[in-house]
Amino acid sequence: MSSLPLDSPPAAAPRAKGWSLSPAMAPYVLISPFVILFAIFGLFPLVFSFYLAFQSWEPTAGLSTMKFVGLENFAFAITDEWFWKSLRNTAWLAFAAGVPQHVVSIPLAYFIHTSFKRTRNMAVGAYFLPYITSTVAISMMFGTLFSTDYGLINITLHAMSEWPGIGWMFPSHPIDWLNRAENVKPAISMVVFWRYVGFNTVLYLAALQTIPKDIYEAATMDGAGRWQQFWYITIPSLKPMIFFGVTLSVVGGLQLFEEPFILTGGRGGTDQAGMTTAMYMYRTAFEFNDFGTASALSWLLFVFVAVLTWLTNLAFKPRGGSH
Amino acid sequence: MQTDRLAPRAAYLLVGVGGLIMLAPFYFMFVFATHSRTEIFNLPPPLFFGQDFMLNLGILTSKIPFWRSLGWSLYVALASTALTLVFCSMGGYAFAMFEFRFKKQLFTLVLGTMLLPSFLGMIPTFMIMDAFGWIDQPRALYIPGAASAFGIFMMRQFVLSSIPKDLIEAARMDGCGELGIYWRIVMPLLAPAMGTLGLITFIASWNNFIGPLIVMRSPEMYTLPLALRSMQSPVNTEWGAVMAGSAIATLPLLVLFAIASRRLIDGLTAGAVK
Repeated sequence: MSSLPLDSPPAAAPRAKGWSLSPAMAPYVLISPFVILFAIFGLFPLVFSFYLAFQSWEPTAGLSTMKFVGLENFAFAITDEWFWKSLRNTAWLAFAAGVPQHVVSIPLAYFIHTSFKRTRNMAVGAYFLPYITSTVAISMMFGTLFSTDYGLINITLHAMSEWPGIGWMFPSHPIDWLNRAENVKPAISMVVFWRYVGFNTVLYLAALQTIPKDIYEAATMDGAGRWQQFWYITIPSLKPMIFFGVTLSVVGGLQLFEEPFILTGGRGGTDQAGMTTAMYMYRTAFEFNDFGTASALSWLLFVFVAVLTWLTNLAFKPRGGSH
Repeated sequence: MQTDRLAPRAAYLLVGVGGLIMLAPFYFMFVFATHSRTEIFNLPPPLFFGQDFMLNLGILTSKIPFWRSLGWSLYVALASTALTLVFCSMGGYAFAMFEFRFKKQLFTLVLGTMLLPSFLGMIPTFMIMDAFGWIDQPRALYIPGAASAFGIFMMRQFVLSSIPKDLIEAARMDGCGELGIYWRIVMPLLAPAMGTLGLITFIASWNNFIGPLIVMRSPEMYTLPLALRSMQSPVNTEWGAVMAGSAIATLPLLVLFAIASRRLIDGLTAGAVK
């Protein structure tokens, strides 16, 4: 725009190609496909979803039957016991799947970082692989592993319960993972943990690489052992990444849909114990045909996500200076 | 002193066993794919490969239009990858190298929507597709995805860090047109980043479940994840066939991961780390 020489190109320049484009116009042409699609499929749905939350509408009746109902959808949602149940389920799952991810992935990343050399990529790959594979295929797979009488998980637990010394820690009777209300959530959490622990490990590995080596060398000189170095150097240095990783887990965990959907056959399981809010929203829209209430639900869930993210922020955010 | 040496050994063992546990579901998915339904639910269950893969595949193809679903998955993933690469490299280049009105605001908006949970747009997206007559149309899956905020962000970062502004200026001086600059200079330099974004887009599309769940209504239009899930029934699920289908759906991802794991891991966590 401001580069003057471009306004008078050298005569030899191949200007008349038919396709030529001025530098002032070029950015608009370059961003136009993205901006158009983004406006239609990214931005508009968000705005429209907010509008819908205040409407009463049955999709089968056509757009003209849409009716403004004020806060009625929200009022219905917050007095709906199934909504609260789904919210409790979601929070439970996000917590039970999320916390162990970090408790395991931090020491795991630390140990891989300090002690693995040639087999490093293999180890990282093994833990990361679940993250890129189809949730549906893998959740179906876990469906067989969780089978009560013939599933490998129960068979392994039973075998371990017969080990001398540590056997008492494992159940000797088969657990009905997917059909008893109290077991559905632990089963889903296990699958979610399995899927994301490697992703977190990679995040922490990246953060570990930024800690200068001489801090550890100095600590070794001062006689600090491995554990002391881990507690007093590694963990504090990882704090920003822990904050970030936990935030990702909270946001992701509260949107849980596919794993519980497949593991409970799309219906939430016995006593709706595996029904998450995202699933409940989907069912409200596409099975109960109530788009208005479903939109209200999605905004309530959004508020819930925002509040919990903010609380995570308070709890984990690395504080600078005195406060 | 002794504990100092013992502790790492125990840790190696733990990491190794943990790694095997992580990989076990994949192993058993492939093992179960080669056993009949009754064999899978034997005591003890099969631990090694069997001979019933073709039998399972037969059941699978008789119950659902499996090959069609595989074809749709491939078609949507390839179309989605191609469109995303073209649109995001163009946009990312423009956001990195040009000044234009509302650039800052627009880019902030893009980043902002990346932070909003995707379920907020689920219902309106269905309504838009319905209004466009795109229900049961593959384009309902690959066109919206091409406006990938993550892709724009990633491409912009890469242009900023690896394409010098002087190079673009020099090309302009030499009389190269703007589209020529994009096509002949920027695109080739973006190749590594496009490889990574392409992999990520392909995998995300291949695994996408919620998208097709909402817009694909008839079974002959199902992509693989939907088709597999339709095999699920409260009674008598054909587990051998389901495992065979899951194994076939997972295999391309394992191959991609084997070829490009480093690049994939870096790309998938790039938005997070940087």
